[in-house]
Amino acid sequence: MGNFLKNLYRNFGLPRLIILGFFLLLCVMAVMLELNFSELMSSSLVRIAMNGVLVLAILPSISCGTGPNFGVSLGILCGLVGGLIAMELQLNTYTNFFMAIIFSMPFAVLVGLGYGFVMNKVKGSEMMFAMFIGWSAVSLMKIFWLLAPFKNPEMAWPIGRGVRVTISLVNRGVAQLLNNTWSFKVGDLTIPTGLILFFLLCCLLVWLFMRSKTGVAMLAAGDNPRFATAAGINVDRQRIIGSVVSTMLGAIGIIVYAQSFGFYQLYEGPHFMPMIAVAAILIGGASIKKASIANVIIGVVLFQGILVVAMPVFNVFTQDMASMAEISRVVIQNGIILYALTQIVSGGD
Amino acid sequence: MSEQQYLLQMNNVGKKYYGTTVLKDINLNLKPGEIHALVGENGAGKSTLMNILFGMPVIHATGGYAGEVLIQGEKVDITSPQQAMESGIGMVHQEFMLLPHYTITENIKLNREILKDNVLSRLFGKKMKSLDYKAMNKDARKALDSLDLDIEEFVTVAGLPVGHMQFTEIAREIDKANIKIMVFDEPTAVLAESEAGNLLEAMKKIAGRGIAILFITHRLDEVIEIADNITVLRDGNLVATKKKEETNIVELAELMVGRKIDKVSRSGKHVAKDEVVVSVNKFSVKMPGEELKKLDLEVYKGEILGIGGLAGQGKIGLANGIMGLYPASGSVMVNNKSLNLNSPRDSMKERIAFLSEDRRGVGLLLDSSVEMNIVITAIENQNRFLRRILFLSQIDNTAIRENALKMIKDLDIRCTGPGQLARRLSGGNQQKVCIARALTLDPQILLVSEPTRGIDIGAKKLVLDTLVKLNEELGITIIMTSSELAELRSISDRIAIITNGTLAGILKPDDPDADYGLLMAGQKSRKGA
Repeated sequence: MGNFLKNLYRNFGLPRLIILGFFLLLCVMAVMLELNFSELMSSSLVRIAMNGVLVLAILPSISCGTGPNFGVSLGILCGLVGGLIAMELQLNTYTNFFMAIIFSMPFAVLVGLGYGFVMNKVKGSEMMFAMFIGWSAVSLMKIFWLLAPFKNPEMAWPIGRGVRVTISLVNRGVAQLLNNTWSFKVGDLTIPTGLILFFLLCCLLVWLFMRSKTGVAMLAAGDNPRFATAAGINVDRQRIIGSVVSTMLGAIGIIVYAQSFGFYQLYEGPHFMPMIAVAAILIGGASIKKASIANVIIGVVLFQGILVVAMPVFNVFTQDMASMAEISRVVIQNGIILYALTQIVSGGD
Repeated sequence: MSEQQYLLQMNNVGKKYYGTTVLKDINLNLKPGEIHALVGENGAGKSTLMNILFGMPVIHATGGYAGEVLIQGEKVDITSPQQAMESGIGMVHQEFMLLPHYTITENIKLNREILKDNVLSRLFGKKMKSLDYKAMNKDARKALDSLDLDIEEFVTVAGLPVGHMQFTEIAREIDKANIKIMVFDEPTAVLAESEAGNLLEAMKKIAGRGIAILFITHRLDEVIEIADNITVLRDGNLVATKKKEETNIVELAELMVGRKIDKVSRSGKHVAKDEVVVSVNKFSVKMPGEELKKLDLEVYKGEILGIGGLAGQGKIGLANGIMGLYPASGSVMVNNKSLNLNSPRDSMKERIAFLSEDRRGVGLLLDSSVEMNIVITAIENQNRFLRRILFLSQIDNTAIRENALKMIKDLDIRCTGPGQLARRLSGGNQQKVCIARALTLDPQILLVSEPTRGIDIGAKKLVLDTLVKLNEELGITIIMTSSELAELRSISDRIAIITNGTLAGILKPDDPDADYGLLMAGQKSRKGA
């Protein structure tokens, strides 16, 4: 038993054990407070799967050595553009969803190439550049949203030019499209089968990619650039490939997220999304130098699980402080990022 | 001579790092005005001895030293560089310790400034005193004059030629009022010949003032020129202390290098003397600290060519340059075909494989499995160990595992299995993993850099035996670079000594020690090789 615990501690790491403990504590409290537990679990599943692809988007950037992609908002913006084009063409249901992804891909590839190029110019401080590139792009795109030549009245402002802040997907039959695909109930618990399968499919594709010749080269380039160079691998090229894949996944991620959420959120929407995704993968046990699919899944489950369960539990205790749940989310999220950043120095082997 | 007349005495000084003896029973005596040379190869213990004299933290953090140090007949226990300075020991460093944007005077007087009162200091106390530049400049001038250095004391150090920087350092030391002993740590290494001459003159002058000088170097001609006494260290032992009149360059070279050599038994194998497999012409490599300048060298098919020389002379640059890891120019012909330089991929295409001197930094993916470390270059450069599934290439785990198990067996790699992380292996086994990776590429030429660095003694022999085996059984031409001459001489067919970025000469393994010492010290061999 002692050995088992020791192994668990070593493999899982103290921070994750604390977070897991916190999650379980919240669950126990939720049951004790007689909250509707299966409803909480149902919405946890939805939140986990809808955020999953965005968290997955962080993986290639860590693997190729450019660090957690704080600039994944670039991918998100590409996804939004793709989504809006699909809306403009008045496509419905699955066509809308998949065409949105297809429309966004050329943008994502181009933007990813440029982003990777910049990352190669700023070796050593990728994370800070990524964050500010992301923020700048979000602001720059606000101008685009204001001037965008979209005509569909579902998106455009009633008067003047530009598109609205939130664009509803309900009328196009896209809202909760994947969530409801093949979904079924176990007692009170709803399983959003389509959504979960889509997330797992993305994970499978990334896993296959990581085991391809390019994937292996990318891992080596990220793990030890000097080794990779000596092994005849073009490190800069691998970093660009990683950035492109990350941006593409970011674009897919936001479209999945939006269909579950029911809205495309423009303007400020993508501003803090990279933080949530990065925090999740770090909670899952990734470092800024190494990450795996397991880190993605564990991380998104713990992080989103805590948020869903914590909110009603906190609300019971702090009835007159309605924003406590949101505050605690920000504390957990940024605390985890902060913790991960402190590991850079000590983990410099 | 009575004890009182010695300025510095070191009696039976020794030092162990984590149980490994690096210095043993060193006795050293210095009289006022004496120039005492300390010579030895890299790793002979010169720096450790100086660290002890200077009370460097590294000594005390690892358990102090054995023996005693006496200054002017009194036992001292120097525990910090500050204390060493107070005891009158000064040091001229190999790398200059100067502030580039300060003037020469300011550098000389740094932290020992001459102060004078002003209005503020009278009101607020000592901290507000201002610098007395007049007095400081005068002192600086005096120190510079005593070195015959006619340069203005108020120019900034940045942009001065290295020779002048060095003299500024020396001026700083002799300006200290209590200076009794000065240590020169390879002072001529960075200087041009004429500057070196000036420096030696200055050293004589300083000694003439009664200051004792410890002169660390491996340039034997300089030693003979100015030293009164010479102490030779080798492998942490004091080999000999000689008066200048009683010795000569050849003897010193012999003392510096000599050690008994265990010849690895080699079956009589055939080296085709007429078949050149690699020919290097005017080959320059910009590898920081190991620069190679216009080297010409030919390597015969099937031989083991050793590359030797002191650290920093450029020997490491050769393999790294051929592999395309550092910017190279000139030409390299492999099998009479010109090699595309600066491209590791093209080098590997010519079936050249490389074992890096920086095993943990360049040689391994520490956090990947042993099997992955072995196959990754073959995957990336030869498209092996891959399967196609639809449009995707996928790594072939079965083939990778098979290859790893075979290598583990053939090379006797001690690990818990092919899946173990490379980080967890011992140095010797990590090196074998690197060899396994090179072999997986099926090379015709193997570049090996410092194959036994950081490996314990038992494993060293295993690694060398493996290299010999590869050479004899598979006919792989091996170019092995090593700082350990004994190791080179034990397995090489020929040994090229690189000094100052170029070829100093090529020797046979059984050539006399003195020839090696002379070539490494930058002297022409007696044979004129």
